[in-house]
Amino acid sequence: MKKFLISVCLLVPTLALAAGSDFPLDKANYDLKDKASLQRGAQLFMNYCLGCHQQQYQRYQTTFEDLDIPLELGEEYLQFTGDKVSSYITNAMEPEMAEKWFGAAIPDLTLVARVRGADWLYTYLRNFYADPKRPFGVNNLLFKDVGMPHVLQELQGLPQVTTEKQLVDGEMVDRYVGIKTDGTGMLNDAEYDAAVLDLVNYLVYVGEPGRVDLEHKGKFVLGFIVVLFIFVYLLKKEYWRDVH
Amino acid sequence: MWKNLLEWIEYRLPLQRVANMHAIQYPAPKNMNFWYVFGFLATIVLVNQILTGIWLTMNYVPSAEGAFASVEYIMREVEYGDVIRYMHSTGASAFFVVVYLHMFRGMIYGSYQKPRELLWLFGMFIYLALMAEAFMGYVLPWGQMSYWGAQVIVSLFGAIPVVGPDLVVWLQGDYVISGATLNRFFALHVIALPLVIVILVFLHIVALHEVGSNNPDGIAIKHPKGSLSEDEKTKWKIHEYYTDKYDIADDVIPFFPHIVLKDLVAFCVFLFAFCYIVFYAPEMGGKFLEHPNFEIANPFKTPEHIFPVWYFTPFYAILKAVPHKLAGVIMMFLAIILLALLPWIDRGKVKSWRYRCGLHKVNLIVFAVVFIFLGYLGGTPQAEWKIVASQIATVMYVMFFVLLFIYSKNEKTKPVPERISK
Repeated sequence: MKKFLISVCLLVPTLALAAGSDFPLDKANYDLKDKASLQRGAQLFMNYCLGCHQQQYQRYQTTFEDLDIPLELGEEYLQFTGDKVSSYITNAMEPEMAEKWFGAAIPDLTLVARVRGADWLYTYLRNFYADPKRPFGVNNLLFKDVGMPHVLQELQGLPQVTTEKQLVDGEMVDRYVGIKTDGTGMLNDAEYDAAVLDLVNYLVYVGEPGRVDLEHKGKFVLGFIVVLFIFVYLLKKEYWRDVH
Repeated sequence: MWKNLLEWIEYRLPLQRVANMHAIQYPAPKNMNFWYVFGFLATIVLVNQILTGIWLTMNYVPSAEGAFASVEYIMREVEYGDVIRYMHSTGASAFFVVVYLHMFRGMIYGSYQKPRELLWLFGMFIYLALMAEAFMGYVLPWGQMSYWGAQVIVSLFGAIPVVGPDLVVWLQGDYVISGATLNRFFALHVIALPLVIVILVFLHIVALHEVGSNNPDGIAIKHPKGSLSEDEKTKWKIHEYYTDKYDIADDVIPFFPHIVLKDLVAFCVFLFAFCYIVFYAPEMGGKFLEHPNFEIANPFKTPEHIFPVWYFTPFYAILKAVPHKLAGVIMMFLAIILLALLPWIDRGKVKSWRYRCGLHKVNLIVFAVVFIFLGYLGGTPQAEWKIVASQIATVMYVMFFVLLFIYSKNEKTKPVPERISK
């Protein structure tokens, strides 16, 4: 118990500081208009993330309607809590208990894409690796000593740090080259990347559900302003003709 | 019928007289260029902020428990809620863009000089009220930056000797930034400061119309009574309020419709840029809406970097440039006070930079560059070289005023034309 408490105490400050990392981010080419991808992403979220992370500002119904998921199907296959379809996407985890178990409060994921950015999420979820020193046996290259286990291990398998022998200053040393999955997952590398991209796509959508609609409205608004500009400009020219 | 109604009203309320005096027969210099549209645009943005603000308050919950969730409720479930919210958040930044350009216009064309000192002072008070308004508004979403930004700004008052710590508690209404602080900031943001700003804007315009608009040449359009021949007087119908006291030269046009139409052209251009941001880039890469502010306020977790929003960053850089906290606060306020004292620091008689010495032009441009550079320094992560850079930039900021005070006394100016049209 004592050991556990100490590890928790050591964990907390690292979690708070973890945002600053020089690790290069991979570009997440998400597409908010790809409904199939968003649906797969929602499915991944409900199955793998929602156990711990909530999306307490978003309703199931909003998600289902925006993603073209029929409400009955959504209720049957994506809602595991027995709540109404109009309820918020929440879980039953007690925040106090969660903090004890994981060493930190579990962040809500409604707006995580707006806080971290899509590229960050895409990189983060693809850079877990085996690290026996950590409580859950995994660490993360982007988010060092993160308190979260590798939840998608079932899909990716357990990535190991790989090194290669290299000659440096006349000595053979192990140089870090990257991480490589042990192949125990259900998906291959390309499939896993695609699945993570779907999940990121969904998280970006939930961060700002109105994004696609806003850009659609924006075209009409900007178009109207251009027309208005033409008329106002001609009127101004007409009035100023007798000034000069 | 219509005419009778208007007469009935006019007998009781001077509608027509005010419209004539301040718009239809108001003399405006005809050489006013694009720099002169920003005052009009600032008024438009003010109206935008008030209208969108009213609709936001209909669904916003001013409490530490409910504020963050209510903003997301507006974003997700209120009809056009996201548009209204982005119009308001973009409007805040747009306000400062147009106000900074409006102020720089005043500086390059000497619009603060006699007889427009009071006009300039009202403007500076609007600017101060606007900064308070924007700061308190930024606290309301109750995100991480709202909380920690408020923490930084309010703690500045703690640097004041003797009363500082008590003053901070008094301002916060608590021993830390809390729901009590949020509630009072809401009250000030929604009622007190908008009222102050609207009254100041009214006074700003009244003072402007009393002394008249300046122009890019800095040439007076009102001349002493009897000094102009009939040929030299304007052919436009100008209100007796002005013609009774002065001879109005053939350099003017009526404010309505000419200037209004010109302003409307600028308005369309502005509106295009504004709406582009509202619909396509409301975060402006984290400058208008900072990324950490999408995370709910957490008093136990300090963000890695705390920046104020971009429009405060020049003054934030000055604050950080001074190693001593109280001295830094004084320096920051001094930076604003120096601007307010511009009418008395500038001892020159020629207004526009077109007819002033070369040094003045260089001085103005360097000042603008230094101001932007300070903004960059205050809005990006701290680095060793930036401390030195912001110290140099702070000195250069002050040097603008020192130099201006020195060279404006016996400045070598170019001859100013007597009239705009000549």
